[in-house]
Amino acid sequence: MPYEGPLPPLDVRADFWSLRFVEEIAEVYAVRKNVAQPLAVSTDRGAMATVHADGGLGYAATSDLSPPGLVRALRQALAWARATARLGLFDTRTLPRPAAVGRYDAPSAGAARPTRREWYEMLAAESQAAGFDPRIVDWEAGIEVREATHRLVTSAGGDVVQRYRFVMAGASATAHAGGDTQTRTLAGERAICQQGGPEILARFGYAGCGRRVAEEALELVLAPDCPSGTMDVLLAPDQMILQIHESIGHPLELDRILGDERNFAGTSFVTPDMFGSYRYGSELLNVTFDPTIPEELASYGWDDEGTKAERVHVIERGVLMRPLGGAVSQARAGLPGVANARADSWNRPPIDRMANLNLEPGTSSFDDLVAGIARGVYMETNSSWSIDDSRNKFQFGCERGRLVVDGKLGQVVRNPNYRGVSASFWRSLTAVGDAATRRVLGTPHCGKGEPSQIIRVGHAAPACVFSGVEVFGGDAP
Amino acid sequence: MSPATTAAHDLDARALDVATPDAFETHFGAVADALGRSLVAGERFTAWYEAEASDFVRFNRAKVRQAGRVTQQSVALRLIRGARHAQHALALSGEVAADVAQAVAALAGLRGALDDLADDPHLLLPDVVASSRNVVPATLPPSAEVVGQVLAAADGTDLVGLYAAGPVVRGFANSEGQRNWHAVSTFNLDWSLHHRADKAVKTMLAGFDWSAEAMRARMQGAREELALVARDARTLAPGRYRVWLAPSAVEEIASLLRWGAFSGRGLATRQSALSRMLDGQRLAPAVTIVEDYAGGVAPAFQPEGFVRPARIPLIEAGALAGSLVAPRTAREFGLAANGANAWESPESLAMDGGTLPAADALAALDTGLAVGNLWYMNYSDRVACRMTGMTRFATFWVERGRVVGPVHPLRFDDSLYRMFGDNLEALSRERELMLSSESYGSRHLASVRLPGALLSELAFTL
Repeated sequence: MPYEGPLPPLDVRADFWSLRFVEEIAEVYAVRKNVAQPLAVSTDRGAMATVHADGGLGYAATSDLSPPGLVRALRQALAWARATARLGLFDTRTLPRPAAVGRYDAPSAGAARPTRREWYEMLAAESQAAGFDPRIVDWEAGIEVREATHRLVTSAGGDVVQRYRFVMAGASATAHAGGDTQTRTLAGERAICQQGGPEILARFGYAGCGRRVAEEALELVLAPDCPSGTMDVLLAPDQMILQIHESIGHPLELDRILGDERNFAGTSFVTPDMFGSYRYGSELLNVTFDPTIPEELASYGWDDEGTKAERVHVIERGVLMRPLGGAVSQARAGLPGVANARADSWNRPPIDRMANLNLEPGTSSFDDLVAGIARGVYMETNSSWSIDDSRNKFQFGCERGRLVVDGKLGQVVRNPNYRGVSASFWRSLTAVGDAATRRVLGTPHCGKGEPSQIIRVGHAAPACVFSGVEVFGGDAP
Repeated sequence: MSPATTAAHDLDARALDVATPDAFETHFGAVADALGRSLVAGERFTAWYEAEASDFVRFNRAKVRQAGRVTQQSVALRLIRGARHAQHALALSGEVAADVAQAVAALAGLRGALDDLADDPHLLLPDVVASSRNVVPATLPPSAEVVGQVLAAADGTDLVGLYAAGPVVRGFANSEGQRNWHAVSTFNLDWSLHHRADKAVKTMLAGFDWSAEAMRARMQGAREELALVARDARTLAPGRYRVWLAPSAVEEIASLLRWGAFSGRGLATRQSALSRMLDGQRLAPAVTIVEDYAGGVAPAFQPEGFVRPARIPLIEAGALAGSLVAPRTAREFGLAANGANAWESPESLAMDGGTLPAADALAALDTGLAVGNLWYMNYSDRVACRMTGMTRFATFWVERGRVVGPVHPLRFDDSLYRMFGDNLEALSRERELMLSSESYGSRHLASVRLPGALLSELAFTL
């Protein structure tokens, strides 16, 4: 990371300016069908200059981090701020000017990690174990290790340095038989993604996962289709994270509520008047914005506008409390929010993102959750997601289902799908699993924004039961 | 440190001039030449270069939400020794000496990494040298000028969207002396006019030569359609309805199929959503789909240096005719590589038009839904190519060929084999070329050319 210390002198005649440096170095290892895939290394490095001038806002991103390069970027940002000041959506002179100073280090950010050979040997072992049957037609195990340093310097005296190490792991196997094809993964594509080191893999039982996902893929391709009807669903954490993400996270993003995303990612059925009174879900629903869980994917000390990150409830006992909006959105809306103004890299401006959004555990053991269901389906691992642009009418699919009959887990079924409406679905939450059922997961692939951005988000969730849900399967071959 | 300095300077009047791709070409050439000089015996390299200087102006409520410029360039450098190879993708600064130094250092790092790697049985590189240079001329005014024109034309509306403009380039070089260059300067104005809540009209104007007159004409058309959106909205019960899918709605279906449906590897391993076409499943005879590199904006070469054919037949008269085959897939399954990217996703997908004049589409629909846009597609059963998605933006209930009013968003869930099989009544004669407005990481060089489609029924479920 250039400029670990003081920046070169920068002359900017502006109300406010900032420079946000990002350096990310990644290595991707994969073994597919017992063939080591070519090593892929990346080094990305650049800076985003943001300037407030005459009430306008401009930015310029550059990978030229020389002093002249930074000056050029600041001048471009200043020119954009001035050129659009009279056309601006809001007056930047009313915005806070962050001055935070501090440092954040992810767990074991600098600790030793396995060598390349060790990574490949581990993945090769999983791959060898997965290809045990000719009906397994494709399989892969992969690891991505990404180290990042982010620094935000502001003209108000702010200087925040944050260091991260992300480990993202996956394994998948695809079985084909009888005209059908089924893929099973380890908690979804890259859902195992946390901050830290190789201890993350042990936490998720990565060793042995190759054989496990292959066996389950084979089981699925031979299983009957999920039945159709209105029934209870018990959603495993690796489906709950998608349910939270799409039908709580996105609709609560304040920039969507303010209309910024209406041309692309969409609007929200949530309106500003709902906060503090709207019943979003049953009494069992408690959702927090929590950047303080060290291993969770989007934990950090400050967001990309320099607002200190803290844990808060966004839904408490089912009641909507506050939106997911950073300092700029909060000022525009006159609402409280959270520290979630984030950019996916140096080349995109911060917008309101989810970061870590977690459903707090309840009191039911997994056995209790199952025992409380007379007729339903236990669904694991998201495989399909679709929701309307107001984040209301949704349809989600999972990799694996198991029938639940009279309080007992039964037959495995394939293509389990369900659909519903966010505004009513969360009110049908009838049981929430305890801490033993909770998993800290996430996704590195949340897309949003114009220009578009893909960002890392964390979700921790227990298993949960919803009643009276429309369930269905696939087209039988 | 004390970063808040306020010394005065004059604003550089040229700070927002439209950038040109010339400097990128010189820069990549210098880096590629240096890489060639730093190889040792028995080594080869390939280098894939991407760069852009993009203005992005984001609108909300017919005001500017965020405006800025992103200048970026990177090279993905692959070092090959025998059948071992590894890649390092590097952000470049634009300063030649610094970038040559870091590229050579990356090469040295890869040299060490190769010792840890096994031979790759799926490595495939071109066996011929095929250099090319394509620079598409363009006329783009300063983006700040365009912003003023757009907001003036949108006066009194609730406009939301993005103006993106500037040069985007792709380059390739290898140690055998092949050099490829593809530079386009495009603009893409992607916007919607909103009535209230989710009731809106979506419009796009994209190309190489900005025309304020063309923008005003599109804006006027959008205003007229907005008047229809403002009528009382209907709530339709789930069921099966006749449907006219505008080309922009068909584009959403094509986008879903881009996720591996035409992949050679996906078909070989039966993961493609079109796998059943290998067993004889067919679409309607009117459906012919090609990867039309010659008719799009994608480069005529791919990251390993393979040159792309002008056209790759994918579906002919309703039957599977081919697939997109990346070099690794070719080696693994004994197929012929045909210029596909690593994901084997189309970049210039084109569907043949039919016989229905677009102007007669609503009359042919008679009574049913005219769908302007679909949204958030995904599979409910991939192997059956059963897909779900939502209606969005301008979607109208039509009776006896006339628009009655908008409908509230509906979810459909149906199979491609039904939609574009037995239920396909007609394709429009006219096709629409749509340049991609995707900008994840960088502005994408992709396009589709598609007709509209009249379906005898589509299953709506929620």
